[in-house]
Amino acid sequence: MSAAGIRPAGTGDTGLLGRLAAAPGALYLLGIMGIVLTVWTPGFFGAANLTNVGLQVAVLIIVACGMTLVILTEGIDLSLGPVLGLCGVCSALMIVNGYSLPVAILAALAIGACSGLLNGLLIGVVHLPPFIVTLGVFGIAQSVATVLTKGDSITGLPDYMRWFNDGVVLGVPVPIWATVACVLLTFALLYHTKFGRYVFAIGGNRQALILSGSRVSLYHVAVYVYAGLLTALASFIMTARMNAAHPTIGIGLEFDAIAAVILGGTSFEKGRGSLSGTILGALAVGVLRNGLNLLGIGGEWQIAIIGVVIIVAVGLDSMRNLNA
Amino acid sequence: MSATTTSPAAMRLPPWLSDRAFVIISRLLALIILVVVLSLISPHFLSWNNLINVFRQASVQFVMAAGLTLVVLAGGIDLSVGAVLGLAGCLAASLINGGDVALGVLVALSVGLGCGLVNGALVTLVRIPSFMATYGMLWIAQGLAVIFMKGDTVYGLTAGFRTIATGFFLGIPIPIWIGLALMLLLHGILHTTVLGRSIYAIGGNPAAARLSGMPVRFRLIAVYGLSGLLSGFAALVVIARINSADSSLGDELLLPAIAAVCLGGTSLFGGVGGIVGTAVGSVILAIILNGMNLLGVQTYWQSAMTGGIILLSVLADQIGGARLNRQS
Repeated sequence: MSAAGIRPAGTGDTGLLGRLAAAPGALYLLGIMGIVLTVWTPGFFGAANLTNVGLQVAVLIIVACGMTLVILTEGIDLSLGPVLGLCGVCSALMIVNGYSLPVAILAALAIGACSGLLNGLLIGVVHLPPFIVTLGVFGIAQSVATVLTKGDSITGLPDYMRWFNDGVVLGVPVPIWATVACVLLTFALLYHTKFGRYVFAIGGNRQALILSGSRVSLYHVAVYVYAGLLTALASFIMTARMNAAHPTIGIGLEFDAIAAVILGGTSFEKGRGSLSGTILGALAVGVLRNGLNLLGIGGEWQIAIIGVVIIVAVGLDSMRNLNA
Repeated sequence: MSATTTSPAAMRLPPWLSDRAFVIISRLLALIILVVVLSLISPHFLSWNNLINVFRQASVQFVMAAGLTLVVLAGGIDLSVGAVLGLAGCLAASLINGGDVALGVLVALSVGLGCGLVNGALVTLVRIPSFMATYGMLWIAQGLAVIFMKGDTVYGLTAGFRTIATGFFLGIPIPIWIGLALMLLLHGILHTTVLGRSIYAIGGNPAAARLSGMPVRFRLIAVYGLSGLLSGFAALVVIARINSADSSLGDELLLPAIAAVCLGGTSLFGGVGGIVGTAVGSVILAIILNGMNLLGVQTYWQSAMTGGIILLSVLADQIGGARLNRQS
């Protein structure tokens, strides 16, 4: 049972066909996109474009790490997108008004943690449905961010903010370092701590946890707080990339993050899934968006296409569970 | 497993106060407090014109939340109501602007119905959790609306068509008549027809409903279809009211619809509540928004307000021990 928790869904059978059937949808999508893009667009496998993809998915991977934990607990967090916008707007406002960078970072982290705490308390302690709670927080975060900026974006940031996106340390761009750090941290937490074992167990068999006398609520709340903290960090990369903070910049990001997690083979039921799957999933979403851009397919079609992809991925996953 | 044993936060209510009574009394109290406070603060609030305004807004709000209520009663959720409304509204407005009112109406209703049926099929046949299936549909419908409109805005609809939102009958605005008629119709459907009773049965206990031989999947598809159809209908009322449509038409409509259902005391775990509650919820919501207007609060705060209302009303019901928690 514990082993099943860290493998993708349906890895019961051993044959090549069985393994192929059990591979997360992200692999197939990556494969298909890889072939399509190599044939149609010669520029895809160039170093410049691949670096570009890496920078584009950095924010997504960081947010998706938090989303993975949330979905493993059979939850969902629709508020992460607007929370990213709110964190970005608040920290940008503070920096523009003369506060130092560390103070702004602390403020963003505090906002991410607080919204996560609100989500976590209502979901983990009061047992309200996750999608409804996080939708409520979605509205609040969205509104506060818009009120703070009166609907405009905040520009005129000092040059050092750009370092979060443009900076290069040891030949590797800063967003990639940040992504690697967040992934490693999440990996350590998920697979090598008591917290991580609880994350799998809350989704897998919560009743047993409660009956065994564990303090489930504490860990359940911590999952949402962690997701909020990661989102706050990601907001700096986003602000640096845009060289401005928009209140609505994060909207839709939660959708990409959910798509990444689901494509990565994490299931909405029974705490099954993996972090490595999510990273594959995020890459798949990133490559899909990049590829659609290269193929000249506009943003409006991308919204609809990713909507279809997510439904197909969840559908395949649930079909597979039915057969297993 | 009963609610009170699994939920540490749920307190036991005194014996004279049932769960349903708690929900109803709390909503009536909220309504009375709101009316008293607003009429004290603003003398304009209780004027005939303002009240008519509030009820007109509440009716439009109710039409948008009606379909969602059915889905929630059946134990699901439809996050795509706003986006489907937006898509249907864009298509209808363009056709009506092109002079073909009947075709516009037909297209709005069939697009709504189609999206709803797809939702239903995804939830019942493919077994995708309802919030995920309808969340995907949200983005598909929104994407299609953007593609169709290409960033344009359609405005200035035919005066005849606009009557359904701007006209009066016996001194009362037509949207209020529409809201009342829809409420009575859906209340009748919920309480006297097989489909209506099945909605409560499926929402209350899906396993029991299936074991008793009910065609659960078929009925659920019908419920999602009905919800989509009502979104299409709501789209007509909305475009007639605001006299324009663009691809962002449905963006801000999901939160208020959910808020109206929550305020109406319908349990998010299904099986408990009703359409009249949603009507009351729509009125409360309209009064709050009207009060914000009268007090000069920036419109930016509206989604924080609706988000807060959703959290508060769900929280109140849970703490009040209402039968909301059925998760094992």
